[in-house]
Amino acid sequence: MTSRALAPIGTAGNLFAFALDVGRGLFRRPFQLREFIQQAWFIASVTIVPTALVAIPFGAVIALQVGGLIKQFGAQSFTGSASVLAVIQQAAPIGTALLIAGAGGSAIAADLGARKIREELDAMMVLGIDPIQRLVVPRVLACMLVAFFLNGMVSVVGVAGGYVFNVVLQDGTPGAYLASFTALAQLPDLWVGLVKALVFGLIAAIVASYKGMNAEGGPKGVGDAVNESVVITFLLLFVANFVLSMIYLQVVPPKGG
Amino acid sequence: MGVEIQVNDLSKSFGKQLIWGDVTLTVPAGEICVMLGPSGTGKSVFLKTLIGLLKPDKGSIVIEGTDIASCSERELYEIRKLFGVLFQDGAMFGSMNLYDNVAFPLREHTRKSESEVRDIVMEKMDLVGLLGAEDKLPGEISGGMRKRAGLARALVLDPEIVLFDEPDSGLDPVRTAFLNQLIVDLNAQIDATFLIVTHDINTARTVPDNIGLLYHRHLAMFGPREQLLSSEEPVVRQFLNAQRVGPIGMSEEKDADELAAEAGQELPPLPPIPLQLDPSNGVPRRSQRPAGEWCRENGVTPPPGSFESSNAGLAPGA
Repeated sequence: MTSRALAPIGTAGNLFAFALDVGRGLFRRPFQLREFIQQAWFIASVTIVPTALVAIPFGAVIALQVGGLIKQFGAQSFTGSASVLAVIQQAAPIGTALLIAGAGGSAIAADLGARKIREELDAMMVLGIDPIQRLVVPRVLACMLVAFFLNGMVSVVGVAGGYVFNVVLQDGTPGAYLASFTALAQLPDLWVGLVKALVFGLIAAIVASYKGMNAEGGPKGVGDAVNESVVITFLLLFVANFVLSMIYLQVVPPKGG
Repeated sequence: MGVEIQVNDLSKSFGKQLIWGDVTLTVPAGEICVMLGPSGTGKSVFLKTLIGLLKPDKGSIVIEGTDIASCSERELYEIRKLFGVLFQDGAMFGSMNLYDNVAFPLREHTRKSESEVRDIVMEKMDLVGLLGAEDKLPGEISGGMRKRAGLARALVLDPEIVLFDEPDSGLDPVRTAFLNQLIVDLNAQIDATFLIVTHDINTARTVPDNIGLLYHRHLAMFGPREQLLSSEEPVVRQFLNAQRVGPIGMSEEKDADELAAEAGQELPPLPPIPLQLDPSNGVPRRSQRPAGEWCRENGVTPPPGSFESSNAGLAPGA
């Protein structure tokens, strides 16, 4: 009974140990450059289009919501600033993370899970090659790199989408929208968005790799691994986002506050 | 050539369930051994423990002075370079063609030029009869070809120990016969230590120098081929002759009632011991012993008709 109750703690511990192994694998040579480039290209190719498509309505919704709210306060001239803050600090890293986890992470978990049940990973270990160094490290780095760039893309697309909706639908003035950019937002807001994207990419890739490499019980096991990896990643991402946001708001005081 | 594997008092369990315990045996250098056992007795687990993919609960596995059960990860990766393993389904890397699969260990572990790699890969592909199929993907070929390709990859680093996980599962009798001949020829050629895990009796009766039998969570017997084939021990006898009468039941071991019901039944006589499979060039392998030598030395009378043909006591056609 206790052993079943404590099982999640064991899993969490294993996941953390796996993350440490990956950390150690980062510094082991030779670095798998080829695998890294292939994976980065692959993850980018499955995430770019969906991310762009998600970013437009994401930016629009924020613009509508914030715009409406701010109008009631009578502070229309700050609409641009508020939606830039929301997009860059929260929406962009979260949107990136959802797609990295949903598209990239599920692909990683499925790939590694299939290799696991076909005994490819065992074969690799027996051939004297550490799958963590050979397969997982390049995937983790690729995920982080792609998340970093996707975050930039979501920021741009999101802000542009917000601009369009504010100006076209809410009768905002283009000048006021652009001019207020720097009224509340500041450079560290951009940095924290990028740091978040890196952390989310890291978490998504590590959870997906861990789940994939521990898939068990045939093809159904692979399906389960993919499913679990996406769910666990989402949970972790939102917790991590909360923690990072809190730390950031404590460390960097809001402008004009 | 070839390296000895000393297994001492090895036990492995998953959770509370003991898979096998107190397994002690020595796989002699350069010889072919077969590990037999009913389905589900942990033969594959034994194999995976030998290469350090699974950690045993207690005991040691000593290869060239290193204990695999307790050595560091670094030493493990080092010692694994002595091994070639043929997995059940070949375990080819699905994203690479056969050529890249076989070349993979060379590219990862050696600094050979691409032309040297090509020579070695082609030599091994030729050995397993896969010349001309280099550009195929593992998904495009039959199970038998995948196995042979897996064998080529296992051999590419000139291993001292070759492990076979059910080389005959899913193969037709003809392919199995060819594969068995290939195993014997390979052993004659490279003198490595071979350990085959299987439950194919024809393979077990004709190929190896030694046979081991895992049954009921322990190693029932391990010894020279002739010792087990002439053994009167009920489990060994039942399994090696594929009979229903004996302690092994359909699901696990039989219960007392079933055994009591069998008490009066007379066991069929032991079938004759077949000749061991010779390498195809006819020159005996270095570790091969003359037929009947063990029986003579140990004063055991082999069943009548033994050592007269190479398919005595086998399923017809084998």
